[in-house]
Amino acid sequence: MSAVRTTAVLESQAYSFWYGPTQALHEVSCAIPPNAITALIGPSGCGKTTFLRSVNRLHDLTPGARHEGDILLDEGSIFAPGTDVVALRRRIGMVFQRPNPFPKPVYDNVAYGPRLNALAPARELPDRVERALRQAALWDEVSDRLREPGTALSGGQQQRLCIARALANEPEVLLMDEPCSALDPIATQRIEELLVELKKTYTIVIVTHNMQQAARVSDYTGFFYVGRLVEFGVTQQVFTRPTDERTEAYITGRFG
Amino acid sequence: MTALVVILSFTAVLALVLILGNLIVKGASSIDWAFFTKSPVPAGQSGGGVANAIVGTAIIVGVAALIGVPIGVGAGMYLAEYGSGRLGFLVRFIADVLNGTPSIVVGIVGWTFIVKPTGHFSALAGSVALAILMIPMLARTTEEMVRLVPNSLREAALALGYPRWRTSLKVVARTAMGGIVTGCLVGIARIAGETAPLLFTALGNLNFTVNVNQPMQTLSLQIYVYATGPFDEWHRIAWASALVLMGLVLIISLAARWVTRQRYGSIR
Repeated sequence: MSAVRTTAVLESQAYSFWYGPTQALHEVSCAIPPNAITALIGPSGCGKTTFLRSVNRLHDLTPGARHEGDILLDEGSIFAPGTDVVALRRRIGMVFQRPNPFPKPVYDNVAYGPRLNALAPARELPDRVERALRQAALWDEVSDRLREPGTALSGGQQQRLCIARALANEPEVLLMDEPCSALDPIATQRIEELLVELKKTYTIVIVTHNMQQAARVSDYTGFFYVGRLVEFGVTQQVFTRPTDERTEAYITGRFG
Repeated sequence: MTALVVILSFTAVLALVLILGNLIVKGASSIDWAFFTKSPVPAGQSGGGVANAIVGTAIIVGVAALIGVPIGVGAGMYLAEYGSGRLGFLVRFIADVLNGTPSIVVGIVGWTFIVKPTGHFSALAGSVALAILMIPMLARTTEEMVRLVPNSLREAALALGYPRWRTSLKVVARTAMGGIVTGCLVGIARIAGETAPLLFTALGNLNFTVNVNQPMQTLSLQIYVYATGPFDEWHRIAWASALVLMGLVLIISLAARWVTRQRYGSIR
């Protein structure tokens, strides 16, 4: 786990998205670099989460949803006919805003993905679960509680359990939708430290409302505003010398 | 205001207390070992029991549950997970109409479609009638329970690469399992006491039988026949049967409550 793994490049090409008649995204184009943390920021309702969910094709089941443009994972379109959505979602893990462990034992929560995808023989499953829990910095706290329900853990632990659950699938890209918004500052700090550790092995895209968080942990930042990706670049540059005045207004707290 | 509410709730509880008290006073003295193990004796003689009715109730309700639970729960799953379209609306509407159908009408349906073509009354016809009563109840409670499963759990499973049908089965149905089982038990308790749908289907039988192709006795039919009969001995047995039936329903209801409290099954 120490060696830097080159992971997939995610690229959005003039991607537009509609919920029924409402256009939520307007021609979003960007290339998300591998082995880095990319933060998506912007005011509520600006389309960050919609974009994130598009990457995982979670909109497939949304009635009335449609899109134009394309999103590429390793230069292959995720919307190409015949794309195996199940395989795609295995390559792209997702962590949600609110911790959502299954009402099952901690162990089973983590084992869900590998079991489904038959990633490992049954006898290797315990190792895999332990590895995922260690990666999520949760092993020391739950190693003697693997049989307890995941829902009995604290909020911060639940969120790390959800991260472990996603990691157990060994995805290439990890999408995180405001993973810290339901957590206290200490739990948030733990997750942030974790992210910095994880980017060695994963490509991470994180949606956040918290600009300090984006500035602290991310390498690249994208600023969404009313469905458009207004600015995308190296975090330090976006925060110190934004090219668009709307970005500047937002990060200096003049609106949003 | 508080006093009024207290009085009203007390009245509601009072009804149950009166029923149970009355049943115990009039029925408990007739209950002995023979009551559970013997079949009825000819009118005028004393002794005998209602073993035929107890076993009959178990068989008819059991078969009804075997038919009704898979269909009702399946329909409920469909309504909750995929039932947003026109077909879902139709199924929901039909279930609501069926839910409100008088049970005696369901009995007539059982008679028309099973008893008449086969030419004889049978326990099976009774089970089908009870299953028809049970299905819409189960469909709607299952739907409610499945809808309570947070969407975030569905998304979590989908994001792990679960196909939609497996998400429904492995995550959604399992999470709602406690509620669904409770719904089934409540439905079973409800049909265990039904009489009207059995009048033209299972008919009743004074002899002990386990053949579902034959007419069969149930506790409710026993109570109906004996309570309206002319003999004091029959009235005694009717009271005792009512007490047993009430006890049975109470046990099932308590089991339902117990299941609801279980940690893993319940929805948080």
